[in-house]
Amino acid sequence: MDAILLQILNGLDKGGAYALIALGLTLVFGTLGVVNFAHGALFMLGAFCAVTFNQLIGLEKVTIDPTQTTPWGSPVEIRVPMIEEWLGPTGTFILDYSVPFSILAAIPVMIVIGLIMERGLIQFFYRRPHAEQILVTFGLAIVLQEIIKSFFGANPIPQNPPDTLRAAADIGALFGFEPGNIVYPYWRLVYFLFSAIVIGCVFAFLQLTTFGMVVRAGMADRETVGLFGIDIEKRFTVVFGLAAVVAGLAGVMYTPILPPDYHMGMDFLVLSFVVVVVGGMGSLPGAVAAGFMLGILQSFASMTEVKSIFPGIDQIIIYLVAVIILLVRPRGLMGRKGVMEG
Amino acid sequence: MVDFLNPSRRGVLKGGAAVGAGLAMPTIFSSKAWAADYLNKPTGDTVTFGFNVPQTGPYADEGADELRAYQLAVKHLNGEGDGGMLNTMNPTVLTGNGVLGKKVAFVTGDTQTKSDAARASAKRMIEKDGALMITGGSSSGVAIAVQSLCQEAGVIFMAGLTHSNDTTGKDKRRNGFRHFFNAYMSGAALAPVLKDEYGNDRKAYHLTADYTWGWTQEESIKNSTEALGWETVNAVRTPLGAGDFSQYITPVLNSDADVLILNHYGKDMVNSLTQAVQFGLRDKQVNGKDFAVVVPLYSRLMAQGAGENVKGILGTTNWHWSLQDEGSKAFVKSFGEEYGFPPSQAAHTCYVQAILYADACERAGTFAPCGVVEALEGFEFDGMGNGPTLYRAADHQCFKKVLVVKGNENPTSQFDILEVVQEVPAEQVTYDPSIFGGELGECNNGA
Repeated sequence: MDAILLQILNGLDKGGAYALIALGLTLVFGTLGVVNFAHGALFMLGAFCAVTFNQLIGLEKVTIDPTQTTPWGSPVEIRVPMIEEWLGPTGTFILDYSVPFSILAAIPVMIVIGLIMERGLIQFFYRRPHAEQILVTFGLAIVLQEIIKSFFGANPIPQNPPDTLRAAADIGALFGFEPGNIVYPYWRLVYFLFSAIVIGCVFAFLQLTTFGMVVRAGMADRETVGLFGIDIEKRFTVVFGLAAVVAGLAGVMYTPILPPDYHMGMDFLVLSFVVVVVGGMGSLPGAVAAGFMLGILQSFASMTEVKSIFPGIDQIIIYLVAVIILLVRPRGLMGRKGVMEG
Repeated sequence: MVDFLNPSRRGVLKGGAAVGAGLAMPTIFSSKAWAADYLNKPTGDTVTFGFNVPQTGPYADEGADELRAYQLAVKHLNGEGDGGMLNTMNPTVLTGNGVLGKKVAFVTGDTQTKSDAARASAKRMIEKDGALMITGGSSSGVAIAVQSLCQEAGVIFMAGLTHSNDTTGKDKRRNGFRHFFNAYMSGAALAPVLKDEYGNDRKAYHLTADYTWGWTQEESIKNSTEALGWETVNAVRTPLGAGDFSQYITPVLNSDADVLILNHYGKDMVNSLTQAVQFGLRDKQVNGKDFAVVVPLYSRLMAQGAGENVKGILGTTNWHWSLQDEGSKAFVKSFGEEYGFPPSQAAHTCYVQAILYADACERAGTFAPCGVVEALEGFEFDGMGNGPTLYRAADHQCFKKVLVVKGNENPTSQFDILEVVQEVPAEQVTYDPSIFGGELGECNNGA
């Protein structure tokens, strides 16, 4: 029972990342009709917003200690973060909470990156075949990751959660299980809650605002919306920026779980596409549901008990489920008629 | 006019000779046997080394450090700079005047940490650039693939960073040599320290990267720890590059294990260690004992990615810049002055391999691979950073001190991540070469 509950928790936080990336992918596909293979790169760029923010606020004042030298003969440097010198305990607090604070920096940066990507390149491929869209966005993803590698190197760069959230919570004890058997890192619980809040905000934005209503109408029938004199293209550009922000925030908050490197976007991209297809192309609730479902299934498939019966099942479970769902429901779990058909 | 219907005897002989000569022409000019008695015999005033390192991909930073070390080695061989380990190596016939009177030149290839790409770049350096020796790499899969190619082509392969038992075990080749230590030696060096630190009544849980290096390391560490009296509770294979290891770590929590052994390297090690610490394993008590995490193979460059999570965690490494022997100090000084930071273990092993190859050529009096093989087999030397060292003739594995290290609790700089706990003597990690099988075969001059 303990093991099952732990794997459900694992699936939920992994599913949270899948759902956030798949949500952005679905938004872009549902509005602009673009299959954006650079979406994983947006997740990675978000993570590097956190890294950059951390490096900027962690800039150090370097003083030389003339009494000591390194083994290669240069004087030893003493480094103190400038923000601690300027702001004292407040500076230490900002450094400690640099990952959550970097959200504030990541939102405008990701909006700008999203708009530049859409206006600068992707808009020219709206009416081109999906194969061409995939090629150009995949190429863009590779360019972006190589740029990041040239600035930050190939090795992962660790990002710490705040000190108060570094430990693991004894969740089992709260629900009457034996203490110490169901423990889960605080930050992963924070990530799950964060992804649920972001997903909720995106749905509220689309369901409860006039802007969102127009966008949903445009997703259903853009020509009719156009006949009302609404510039739907402009709104869809904003949606692209929104999708970039969602992917970027997913990346920012994931950095304490997975030390970011230039390739992390690609690692998530393929799985996220499977999530979108399983959920149903263009279906936002489908993307979210499939994200969490596949995350949980992947966790269960990794259990030793399961692997002893089906060796290697953890490697193929997502694709196996995708094949079965597409055979039974060719449009995915919540796919709409007419999307990517004909 | 020639009568083709009624050829004369003389005409047939003349025609046959002409056709024979024509058919033989391409092979006469391209035959290696005609050109030299070994492949890529240098004819000018330079000799070309081929540095095959990961310049792109996940180990690009390690590859960059390898390349820095090779460039430094070339400078020292050609008499530039302060000479580095040429001043401390004993015995050596190198004088900083090139090798056998020729200046050392080099070409580079990008392994991308992929076996096929590494073979393609090595092949290009041998066939197009005339490289006499290929060296480098940061993966056992790559090392085994390139070693096999060099054997077939007939050049020497001086392996870079490769830790699998197979490289000088079942996949060993006469033309290939490894200075780096291996998984068996990690186990043999680490086990006594683990016993001192954690006792001999422990239950270990292995998470293992699912490829050749991971398998051999798991086997070696299991053998060593079980010999101490430890029980192996479970050994789970994880896919290479899994990213999120949470689904593999959570079963450890309730497995009754009190030690987690991470047979992971590079990004996998960074991620699995970071996540194991986040799951509170290091704060846990099982069976009345503090839970422990062990990383049998450390790389300082990679450990930086795990940040503070490495503190206090035991493992092994081939070499560390803080060593105080004359060879290490000379190398750290040369490298630090050149690049502004200390070298990694990958840089050290690559530098030493280039110097050892050059020295072997000088001692053999030839660049012919079979002569170099003969000079390296059974060669004993000192002053290269790990104390007295033997290049064992039976399997071309170097035997020298192995370092047991621990994540530094109080680092004084960004480079001060590991501290050396023990320098384990070569005798303790030496083993019977027959235990891993394989045959060296014959050396190949490529002619």
